[in-house]
Amino acid sequence: MREFAFHRAASVADLPAGATIIAGGTNLLDLMKLEVMVPEALVDITRLPLDRAEPEGEDLRIGALVRNSDLAAHPTVRRDYPVLSRALLAGASGQLRNMATTGGNLMQRTRCPYFYDRRMACNKRDPGAGCSAIGGVTRNHAILGASDHCIATYPGDMAVALRALDAVVEIDGPRPRRVPLADFHLLPGDTPHVETVLQPGEIITAVILPAPVGGQQRYRKVRDRASYAFALVSVAAIIGMEGGRIAHAALAFGGVAHKPWRDPEAEALLMGREPSDALFHEAAEILLRPAQAQGENRFKIPLLRRTLLATLRDATGMETQA
Amino acid sequence: MTRHLRVDGPNHDDRLDHMAQGVIGQPLNRLEGPLKVTGRATYAAEARPEGMIYGVLVQAAIPAGKVLEIGDAPGALAVIQDKRMIRYGAQGMDEKGPTSGPNQVEYMGQAIALVVAETFEAARHAAQNLAIRYKAKTVPVNPEAVTPELPPKKQSAVGNVDKAMRKAAFCVDQVWHTPAQVAAAMEPHAAIAEWDGNSVTIRAGLQMLSSNRKQMADALGIRESRVRLLAPYVGGGFGSKLGINAEAVAAAIAARELGRPVMVAMTRQQVFDLAHRRSETRQRIRLACDADGHLSGIGHEALVSSLPGSEFSEPVTQATPFTYQAAHRQIVHAVARIHRSPAGSVRAPGEAVGVTVFECAMDELAEAAGIDPVDLRLKNIPDVEPTTERPFSSHKLAEALREGARRFGWADRRPTGQRVEGEWLIGMGMAAAVRVNMLVESRARVTLVQDGHAIVETDMTDIGTGTYTILGQLAAEMLGLPADRVEVRLGDTDFPPAAGSGGSFGAASSGNSVYLACEEIRSRIAKAMGCNEADLTLQDGMARAGNVVRSLAELVDGTITAEGHLEPGKTEKSHRQATWGSHWAEVAVNRWTGEVRVRRMMGVFACGRVLNEKTARSQCLGGMTFGIGIALTEAMEHDPRDGHAVSHDLAEYHIPTHADVPALEVHFLPERDAYVGPLQAKGLGELGICGAGAAVLNAIHNACGVRVRELPATPDRIIAGLDP
Ligand SMILES: Cc1cc2nc3c(=O)[nH]c(=O)nc-3n(C[C@H](O)[C@H](O)[C@H](O)COP(=O)(O)OP(=O)(O)OC[C@H]3O[C@@H](n4cnc5c(N)ncnc54)[C@H](O)[C@@H]3O)c2cc1C
Ligand code: SF4
Repeated sequence: MREFAFHRAASVADLPAGATIIAGGTNLLDLMKLEVMVPEALVDITRLPLDRAEPEGEDLRIGALVRNSDLAAHPTVRRDYPVLSRALLAGASGQLRNMATTGGNLMQRTRCPYFYDRRMACNKRDPGAGCSAIGGVTRNHAILGASDHCIATYPGDMAVALRALDAVVEIDGPRPRRVPLADFHLLPGDTPHVETVLQPGEIITAVILPAPVGGQQRYRKVRDRASYAFALVSVAAIIGMEGGRIAHAALAFGGVAHKPWRDPEAEALLMGREPSDALFHEAAEILLRPAQAQGENRFKIPLLRRTLLATLRDATGMETQA
Repeated sequence: MTRHLRVDGPNHDDRLDHMAQGVIGQPLNRLEGPLKVTGRATYAAEARPEGMIYGVLVQAAIPAGKVLEIGDAPGALAVIQDKRMIRYGAQGMDEKGPTSGPNQVEYMGQAIALVVAETFEAARHAAQNLAIRYKAKTVPVNPEAVTPELPPKKQSAVGNVDKAMRKAAFCVDQVWHTPAQVAAAMEPHAAIAEWDGNSVTIRAGLQMLSSNRKQMADALGIRESRVRLLAPYVGGGFGSKLGINAEAVAAAIAARELGRPVMVAMTRQQVFDLAHRRSETRQRIRLACDADGHLSGIGHEALVSSLPGSEFSEPVTQATPFTYQAAHRQIVHAVARIHRSPAGSVRAPGEAVGVTVFECAMDELAEAAGIDPVDLRLKNIPDVEPTTERPFSSHKLAEALREGARRFGWADRRPTGQRVEGEWLIGMGMAAAVRVNMLVESRARVTLVQDGHAIVETDMTDIGTGTYTILGQLAAEMLGLPADRVEVRLGDTDFPPAAGSGGSFGAASSGNSVYLACEEIRSRIAKAMGCNEADLTLQDGMARAGNVVRSLAELVDGTITAEGHLEPGKTEKSHRQATWGSHWAEVAVNRWTGEVRVRRMMGVFACGRVLNEKTARSQCLGGMTFGIGIALTEAMEHDPRDGHAVSHDLAEYHIPTHADVPALEVHFLPERDAYVGPLQAKGLGELGICGAGAAVLNAIHNACGVRVRELPATPDRIIAGLDP
């Protein structure tokens, strides 16, 4: 680990220029020990008053420092946004969720093993160096939206639920603004080291959930063991039914792209239709049309289709869970 | 005084059953448990000798070649590239240090130097940022890409399996692949070395101190008597600490060079590169049987890999020659020489993957022949070891199968794919468990003190298995003391040399040495009592013979000290020694996502005398959990281009979590094995692993009809066989 300066922020305005924010530290510290990230200065934001989730009109405003455990257990979240609760609880481990914050979770880096290994060339770590994941072990890599420069995924769960919920990210800094989560994370393109729209000197202060939409909410995560593993694929689904037909559908996907993925065309297909396997297959077809395997991760294409099918069967009441 | 025994013949007198104290076999809690859960048990990296500095290993970034030059390390005290530093760890029981000369790189991630600094952070930073120049060499890194060696001693054939296959009523001929696995012990490898003149004391995470001491002396080029090793607590080894590793040698060299105590602890990431792996395997199994399910042919062909020149090769077929009867048999053992991290013993080398795959093949044969899998096994149990015709020292497979079937409710198993609960397909599977048994030379010293307490000393290790507790129980039983009146001191080469912890031989081997020492003490007490040792009863600090009752305080003048020395003898050759059992699993397979959840799992085991019902059970719980890992989650992937280990932490290398493991049931069959020394106890640590994964895999097939022959059975491999 490289030596670094340490500053504890007293207010949101008090962020030293050039300092890297540390919140729960569960991702940043690991990367610093490996010198994958080598900040010269850290600013600890955990004393800032951003640790509450409170109503804001019809919306719910979640402070950037609300811990993952607390957010998952929050009565409003459990009642009105259960997909978020479920996604949070499907992530990491109890100990990590106790430390991990809402802002830090959004900003977590990829789990591409080549990104973590400084012996390996990586465009994300070292722009222009090349991508050694291509042609290597690609089990956790992307099937959607990847580029020749980077095939990594955004690994998180929480943000997938947030994407289905149409959440908005509140950013403070020289240019305070609100950015829809849909636009917050970026595809790799030829700048995989730029992962979000957040600029140096900016801080996430909150995530805002729009008024509850109700419906059946599911988060389904398929992974290599029953707990404490990143998603191979995941599906966040919010399905509203009226008179036996699908009246509302929001679907977001994790583990498959450099950002939580959504496909408006696939959702549109479902609207107003009666649930059926054939319909769900058609939706999966649309979703996976642009999918491209990276060798070993070819299985994610059928796995995502099957997981979507199972989630939709469940959320539309076609299948009762055992 | 030393009491020596070579196990040349049977021991039928069940002495431990007739002792009066009644502590042996009891499910006592671990003696050192409170120390561990309160953080007071000091592991290798937790000592803080005055003036200690920190070393971090520097790793090669090429798969093979030569290190030409290593640049400066600003902020560090030294960069050490001593030619005595080793390239990889020693194998268990090696008498010599491993190959030295870190300038020659044999695999990516090999230790090539050590950076030492005042703090761990500074050393690590410097080690991560050295400018290193190499002359790289192109080498093979994939086992399937080279022509393997066929070591003559490891091949065998009786009759003609090809012919048996042609004539068979039913047969199986399939190929399985198991991935590389790593020990993944909780405690990363670490050592602290401190010199006093020409002598060095090294605290390290090690499993077998007496051979580790020889390896270390050889590696450092000093006399064995100049090396003292301390390993009172070891946070798991699972084979990866059987031999000395790079960190301990580097620590000793640096401490000598810099004149200060040096700690070298591997980072978690380094453990994945430097501790040896279990080789991946390719196994072709051929089974032929007649219409009644009697096996006529058994073929087991294994391909494993290791570094060029390594003597170790995963003994995949170890149990195949004696588990089932068949007139025609063939074993092929091929070794691919490739440049991945070194291969070595990892939890139940051989059987862990060999029996697992073999037992999957048996399930396939049972299906092909339309015979119940339990019956198929029962029909093929040999009376004597096939080919050698040696008798078995004891044999409990049939009983374990019958008892397991009854307890698990095997009769309720439904045909493949017929039990459905919502999205989940439910199935049951079973497998036999078998593991070779070994005894290893071992010594211990026991001192009985007048005030009615005793001290056991041996350089045996407790790697989390319960050695402290069982050795204390044994001495308490033999000397008639409450268990809390025995103090057990382990993990110090100043004590008599023991077998060490490995190959499941630790408890029985070291236990027999303690038993022998106690027998000697009993003789001395008997003499003082004026009776035969056989007529002496010791209980709660009192000695009794006929009507005479006296306290130890009266009989012992100060202390009585004796040594016990056990050696394996003729029974090693005259009898096939093995432990036996059966595994049972019920799983649910998600028909959409291919996720597998183990719902119930049970093991029935026979391991001779059980020394402590609780620690024994814990060993089996761990073993069965590893079985779940082998079947469902564990795989070390290597990069296809340079062979480097890709998973570097426990988030990515998937050992089972609690959520993967249901409540496990363990049952022991009462057994006394007469051919394994007076304890009549056999090894147990690894038996729980051997075949456990097959019960899970066979249950998957029963649930959903999918045979996964490339392990582990992750969702992708299940859905590949499910309906679209
Ligand atoms: C072993 C392991 C397993 C895991 N498994 C999962 C999993 O299954 N699913 C999952 O979703 N996640 C998983 N995680 C990731 C975990 O959720 C993240 O590490 C955690 O959410 C990060 O939050 P933090 O507060 O600790 O962030 P930190 O580590 O403190 O920071 C992470 C990044 O966010 C930046 N940052 C933090 N707060 C802000 C802010 N307010 N504004 C701007 N930038 C900010 C930091 O500068 C840093 O770059 C796992 C992590 C580990 C270590
Ligand atoms: S996939 Fe992206 S993160 Fe991984 S090595 Fe390539 S550039 Fe780096």
